[in-house]
Amino acid sequence: MNGAAFIFIAIFTLAAALAAATLGKLIHAALSFAAAFVGVAAFYFLLGAEFVGLVQIFVYVGAVAVLIVFTILLTRRDLEKDHGFNWSGVFIALAVFAGLLWAILKSSNLSSAAQPLASLTVKQIGDALMTDYVWPLQCIGVILTAALIGALVLVMEERR
Amino acid sequence: MTPTLQLFLIISAALFCIGLLAALSRRHAIFILIGIEMMLAAAGLNFIAFWRFGPQPAPPTGVLITIFAIAIAAAEAAVGLALVIAVYRRFRTTNIDEIDELRG
Amino acid sequence: MTGFLDQIFVQAKEHILAPFAGAPVWLEQVISSLINIVALLAVFLSLFALVSVLERKILARIQNRLGPNRVGPFGLLQPAADGIKMLIKEDIVPTRADKAVHFLAPILIATTAILGLGIIPYGRNMTPFAIDGGILFFFAIGSTTELSVFMAGWGSNNKFSMLGAMRAIAQMVSYELPLIITVLPVVMVVGSLLPDTIVAAQGGYSLGFIPHWFVLTPWGAAGFMLFFVAALVESNRTPFDVPEGESEIVAGHMTEYSGFKYAIFFLGEYLGMFAVSGLAVTLFLGGWHAPLPFLGFVPSWLWFFAKLGTMIFVFIWVRGTLPRTRVDQVMNFAWKFMLPMAFACILAAAVWHYAGRRFVSWLLSLGVVLVAYFALSRFLGARKKFAPRSYRFAE
Repeated sequence: MNGAAFIFIAIFTLAAALAAATLGKLIHAALSFAAAFVGVAAFYFLLGAEFVGLVQIFVYVGAVAVLIVFTILLTRRDLEKDHGFNWSGVFIALAVFAGLLWAILKSSNLSSAAQPLASLTVKQIGDALMTDYVWPLQCIGVILTAALIGALVLVMEERR
Repeated sequence: MTPTLQLFLIISAALFCIGLLAALSRRHAIFILIGIEMMLAAAGLNFIAFWRFGPQPAPPTGVLITIFAIAIAAAEAAVGLALVIAVYRRFRTTNIDEIDELRG
Repeated sequence: MTGFLDQIFVQAKEHILAPFAGAPVWLEQVISSLINIVALLAVFLSLFALVSVLERKILARIQNRLGPNRVGPFGLLQPAADGIKMLIKEDIVPTRADKAVHFLAPILIATTAILGLGIIPYGRNMTPFAIDGGILFFFAIGSTTELSVFMAGWGSNNKFSMLGAMRAIAQMVSYELPLIITVLPVVMVVGSLLPDTIVAAQGGYSLGFIPHWFVLTPWGAAGFMLFFVAALVESNRTPFDVPEGESEIVAGHMTEYSGFKYAIFFLGEYLGMFAVSGLAVTLFLGGWHAPLPFLGFVPSWLWFFAKLGTMIFVFIWVRGTLPRTRVDQVMNFAWKFMLPMAFACILAAAVWHYAGRRFVSWLLSLGVVLVAYFALSRFLGARKKFAPRSYRFAE
């Protein structure tokens, strides 16, 4: 695993995420949100899980980001106004980060380097999905269908 | 400098807290959803980091949990955004401070 | 001799890499990737230039006129003149446009189109980047095109651009599903997402002269036609070019772009067309395999580019022949016909595979496809009841 690549991807992802959280203009925030997820997908590639990285780009950048952008355009009256920033949220986030950092640095056995990766092919993921994890797969199908129907029902205009 | 597990956990903790920041301190409903999605992605990064730094060869459990988490996050984003649109139709605003009436 | 011509580019690349034999592994990988990228860009940018002038000439011939024929022999140097024109045009950005978003949109569209070209096997041992989940990579990259189109429409601060971008995204999102589901039977039958494996699975010849291409199976033929239509939509080509219909919406999301940025949009559209045609050749038309066994002496990359050229010719032919569809007809077609038909293709592929891949299974699979097709046509066509036409003439 390359240290230079890690630093570069980490800086890119965190900067994009910070931009998404703090930018005033909503569309810019939505586009940096998409960039942050490309960064997370790059982390997945670095960690050797290429399939998940591709699924991440496919779902988040290709679908969720487009959904968010469409919703921003459909709720457009408030687009120019900046609704304001609540500073107490910053303190809570910093406190949570401090707590997590303490927990991570306190635990032992986390500083070892990675063992060489036994490659994970798509075929192995497919086999696992169809044998050990077939019930979660079916549940995901049901959840996605329910979400699809639910979202449509919520958004459909009522017929008078 | 080879990155260790600690570094990956710190990065995902930072991403989680940035998502928390977006969810807690912004007043626009869609920003809150963006924050929630970021928190879910940070958790996924945690899973993959632990899968990678665990004993190899590992069963693909971490990878599969992350795939399921991504699918659920997409479903939840769709429903959440549909809710935002429905609420906007009723209240004509997306500022969550002004959405404070129950009907009837 | 035939083997030599077939592997000539692979040998050339190894010849260039030979001086670096003692270098560390990562340097060798970087240089090898760079050579692949430079070769890819050189081939496809010149193909883009050639196709842009060929399209105008073919469209012209379909419309019973000559195309551009002033610049160079038969007008073939026209892309050079077009390139110079685009480069020296003034770059106008609207005052209240979103500068960063407006600038990044054409770059992203061209980048995602070029990225998609990297995983296609162009010949024997000639895949630039063999990724294990190659087909998924192609579709993941293709799905980011929608965000770039939105950025183009939004960044222009122009209602026509926004409207064009919305139509383009609605169209692209609707047809992405049939595009991907049509690929599923191929992946299912082969058992791998790696394009090289998919090409290798179409390699043999049965009865001595019938190739094992997937387009020659019923589910493959139906899948290929659905994939072709969805590819037409994804590249915003006529008859589905509602986003860029000149008479309706000026140039849609590309309205406010002038000069070189418009050329980059054009480049992105054509490279997207090449990428998706290349994928169709890989998935359905047998990749770089020859159609008959005794034609195997022709180099593999020549077969690939011949098939690619045929597909591009059909793209251009369809553009010159069919009128533009209305946007609600486009959406109707996607959700009510193409999606169920794609699911029927999956069923037909499963029937073909589990009935043993013999002639009998070919007939059963054909039966499934035909039943689905006629059921859908009957179900969807029965709704339209038009009143009898009455004509009123000026008296």
